[in-house]
Amino acid sequence: MRCHAMPDVPGRRKPTASEDFIRGLWKENPTFVQMLGMCPTMAITNSVKNALAMGLATLVVQFGSNVFVSMFRKRIPNEVRISTYILIIATFVQIVDIGTEAIVPETHRALGAFIPLIVANCLLLGRQEAFAAVNTVWRSALDGLGMGLGFTFGLTTVGTVREILGSGSWLGFRVMPASFEPWAIMNMPPGGFFAFGLVLLSFAWWKDRQKRRAALDAAITAPPLARPILEEASV
Amino acid sequence: MSATAASPRELPVMDDAVPSWRLLLTLTVAGAMAGLAVVVLYDATLPRIEGYKAGVLRAAVTEVLHAPAHADTLWLRGGALTAARPAEDEARKTERVYLGYDANGRPTGYALSVAEPGFSEQMHLLIGYDAARHELLGMKVLESKETPGIADDIQRPVFTGQFTGRRAPLAGIKSADRERAASDPSAVVMITGATISSRAVLRGINRTIEHWQPYLDAYRPEPATAPHAARADGGRN
Repeated sequence: MRCHAMPDVPGRRKPTASEDFIRGLWKENPTFVQMLGMCPTMAITNSVKNALAMGLATLVVQFGSNVFVSMFRKRIPNEVRISTYILIIATFVQIVDIGTEAIVPETHRALGAFIPLIVANCLLLGRQEAFAAVNTVWRSALDGLGMGLGFTFGLTTVGTVREILGSGSWLGFRVMPASFEPWAIMNMPPGGFFAFGLVLLSFAWWKDRQKRRAALDAAITAPPLARPILEEASV
Repeated sequence: MSATAASPRELPVMDDAVPSWRLLLTLTVAGAMAGLAVVVLYDATLPRIEGYKAGVLRAAVTEVLHAPAHADTLWLRGGALTAARPAEDEARKTERVYLGYDANGRPTGYALSVAEPGFSEQMHLLIGYDAARHELLGMKVLESKETPGIADDIQRPVFTGQFTGRRAPLAGIKSADRERAASDPSAVVMITGATISSRAVLRGINRTIEHWQPYLDAYRPEPATAPHAARADGGRN
């Protein structure tokens, strides 16, 4: 039987458990770095509550499907792997759909059609193919948890910008003065693009600033002979 | 024989090719396990989900009929409305309306369920209706998956509040003609940017009233529907 198997790369250090977990949270954040799952990012982030609920629903699906795909990775033939992964993802989406309707019906009502659409989130199948299909259950679980939390963080960040500017509140609590005129467009899908662009711009600016500072610190602390080269590099 | 002259029969076959039965078995087992998990969860949560929906329906009946003293479920059987409840299996498929009564046992209006496709999916509404005066008593959205931030305005009081006292059939007007709503008893101001959803609401209400009006006109309360015997069943029965 031909199954997916990750080739061992000689000399490459095996990532630690914490690296598997943190990767999705920051370094390979699904929303801000990989830019996956844009449909829910634009559609349901008009409030922090909806963004949190969608993020957590996706987290459960990502975690569960990662664990199951990894668990059965040696039993699933390569030829039917996509069908099987989609089936596993769809099952978890259905479980989350029924579960939220039974446990938190109001939230289920607010999320409307977006929970079933989790099945079409390319982040999920992407992680099955790239990670869960070639790694152990433990590492896949950590990856699923990290990616899910990273996605939740991404949605919540965009939701924060939109809710504050669009409604003057955060998680339903009023945070802007009464004189503040809400930006109605922030509650509409175009507002999602504006807010997302704003957040991306802030992240890019912040990362660039960090990079410049690091280069400057390196230039200052470097030995005198190396200094001119580093100063040149930091310009 | 050279390699280029080899017939398809002589082409090398991959040693690790998976037999078809194994592929089929993998998909069958995965499908069966998925099906089992979903059905078990569905069965386990169904009473809770139905209980919640029944509660929402009871609250909606109370709201659209303006807090009646009690309400009765009427079933459409044999081309007429009756208070006699069908058997369990039949009851699930039977169309029904809810009739509200005041404290003196006088009918105050009917609550009618409306289902109409909106922009995204089927919308479910409940309307309060005075069949004798052809007048709406209220409207409540029970379920809607319309676009968040735009078309979900159909659930807000600024839209739902307009229906009370409007005469059927309803006519949608643009917000620019808002003044017309004061003089036209059938006019309802649509939501700017959510025309399809607003139209769907009006279309669904008009269609539902058109469907039920003959049955409501023909219905005469039966002795069995005396106040003490009547109740809103919340849609479960």
